[in-house]
Amino acid sequence: MKAIVCVKQVPDTSGKVAVNPDGTLNRASMATIINPDDKNAVEAALKLKDETGCKVVVVTMGPPPAQGMLRELLAMGADEAILVSGREFGGSDTFATSQILAAAIKKLGLEDDDIVYCGRQAIDGDTAQVGSQIAEKLGIPQISYAADIKKEGNTITVKRMLEDGYMTIQTHTPCLLTCIKELNVPRYMSIKGIMKCYDKPVTVYDYNALKDDPLIDPATIGLKGSPTNIFKSFTPPQKGQGKMLEGADMSTCEELVGELQKKHII
Amino acid sequence: MADFNNTNLADFSGVWVFCEQRQGKLQPTVLELISEARKLADDMGVEVCGLLLGGKGVGDSMVKELGAYGADKVLVCENDLLETYTTDAYAKVICDTVMAKKPEILLIAATNIGRDLGPRCAARLHTGLTADCTHLDVDVEKYAAFLKEASTLPEAQIDALDRADRNLKMTRPAFGGHLMATIICPRFRPQMATVRPGVLKKGEYNEAKANAVVVEKVEAQLSEADLQTKVLEVVKEAKELVDLTGADVVVSVGRGISKDVETGIKLAEELAGLFGGVVGGSRAAIDSGWLTADHQVGQTGKTVHPKLYVALGISGAIQHKAGMQDSECIVAVNKSDSAPIFDVADYGICGDLFKVVPMMIDAIKAAKASK
Repeated sequence: MKAIVCVKQVPDTSGKVAVNPDGTLNRASMATIINPDDKNAVEAALKLKDETGCKVVVVTMGPPPAQGMLRELLAMGADEAILVSGREFGGSDTFATSQILAAAIKKLGLEDDDIVYCGRQAIDGDTAQVGSQIAEKLGIPQISYAADIKKEGNTITVKRMLEDGYMTIQTHTPCLLTCIKELNVPRYMSIKGIMKCYDKPVTVYDYNALKDDPLIDPATIGLKGSPTNIFKSFTPPQKGQGKMLEGADMSTCEELVGELQKKHII
Repeated sequence: MADFNNTNLADFSGVWVFCEQRQGKLQPTVLELISEARKLADDMGVEVCGLLLGGKGVGDSMVKELGAYGADKVLVCENDLLETYTTDAYAKVICDTVMAKKPEILLIAATNIGRDLGPRCAARLHTGLTADCTHLDVDVEKYAAFLKEASTLPEAQIDALDRADRNLKMTRPAFGGHLMATIICPRFRPQMATVRPGVLKKGEYNEAKANAVVVEKVEAQLSEADLQTKVLEVVKEAKELVDLTGADVVVSVGRGISKDVETGIKLAEELAGLFGGVVGGSRAAIDSGWLTADHQVGQTGKTVHPKLYVALGISGAIQHKAGMQDSECIVAVNKSDSAPIFDVADYGICGDLFKVVPMMIDAIKAAKASK
């Protein structure tokens, strides 16, 4: 039995977000972190390992520096790490990304009692699409927004959050779960883990390692294989000086509400 | 990959909206989508079609309303297996129907359900999906007008846009709204988008259109074996106190409520409640014991960046501002017009919060009622 976790390294958007003059994001100037929801996914997998002794494999797609993040995850307790990296994969949208990650998971070998964990969404793209799309391409059931996970044999019972409550959903392995922060509190790296993390294997899957999979085709991966393209990216007008609303009466409040409505906040 | 030729763009026509219902109740955001679809369809000269899935009789109560806001037709698929949302059943019926009827655009609300369903369908149909859109255009003139208003792009670049382009231009915020991106899906159909609830405007209720709506029943090719997940229960619950950092709206109180703490907090709670937000406080409010420590915003408390931050009676010390100045919109109410909070506020009202906040509450209620 394996717990496979898909993880993404993302720019830290809680700090200052730097934008280049041409309107693209200045990624070089921003610190990178492990995507927060993915940390909850890793924790869920490590909990399963604590209970059952299963193997935890973390998978990421990204440039070679993402190896640093994988070492951190190994230091948290993951057993094995896969870096999917190649020029051919660059520029992928969610569709193409999920093709590649699904192919990587297939190469890793998806067994009957395995669980694939993802975060609900990454803070850089905010799409929440890759998990569902991987599940579709692997032909396995998915449960998203998991806030509680129970496993009995090959039956998985999940508390899936809705805006106004939750559903309890049952499925079977192999399956894919996307995790939210309500699920758990991610553990820290341990000193022992940090000492050992350089002894654990990090395997690189490049284009040649995956190219025999039918999911990997120039027409389905990378920039050319992405159904969606960025047409324009731009920065909204700079926030100007704030507006003082004169008088403190009902009409002032109505003016404020009008402004908030214009901005779609109400 | 879908087993039909979804790259032959000319085969596809019409704007579809997935009409999400829960326990037999239409999700209100669907009407925003229908109204938007109407505009897009008018620009393209095509039909708006609602796609409604549910248990027996689900169509009876909803098709008229969908018609009233702009649907020419509603495809209704009633089946016991569709009574409660499951990814498997819904994705199968939607993909089968899309493959059979070939819409050009498919819109889905970006609810927890829509964000589960959309990507599963897009992956199966082999097409593109843009998440959480806040603005949609087909017509290039309208898109150019939007860019002039909402972007810092040079006019020359906007004027250089190809006026003959008929792709759906899907605009969405990225990186917490610091950057906007317009995404297109030029080679595959349908062009799919999930749309952020509450952003697009609901149109006018049109009685004549409600009566003219065409209903077409769709037969679901569905059996128990198609469902790999089983819903054991659906529980509705009142919102618990949300974590400050995850809240879309935060209403914070400071020393300014000291003259009547109980009322001050009640007002903040009522205001926050109107938005489904939470109450926070400055260090002064926490140290005075008016609120518990988990409500504290600021350097030693929590850093928040909600869509709306309302500061009531908070002077705006640098330690407080450090925890909230990246909020998308900041409203400050303070007695002193020289309070530093006004330096970071988008909108400021100088006045007594005990008088201003009740009026604000009334104004918001009135605005919501007329929506």
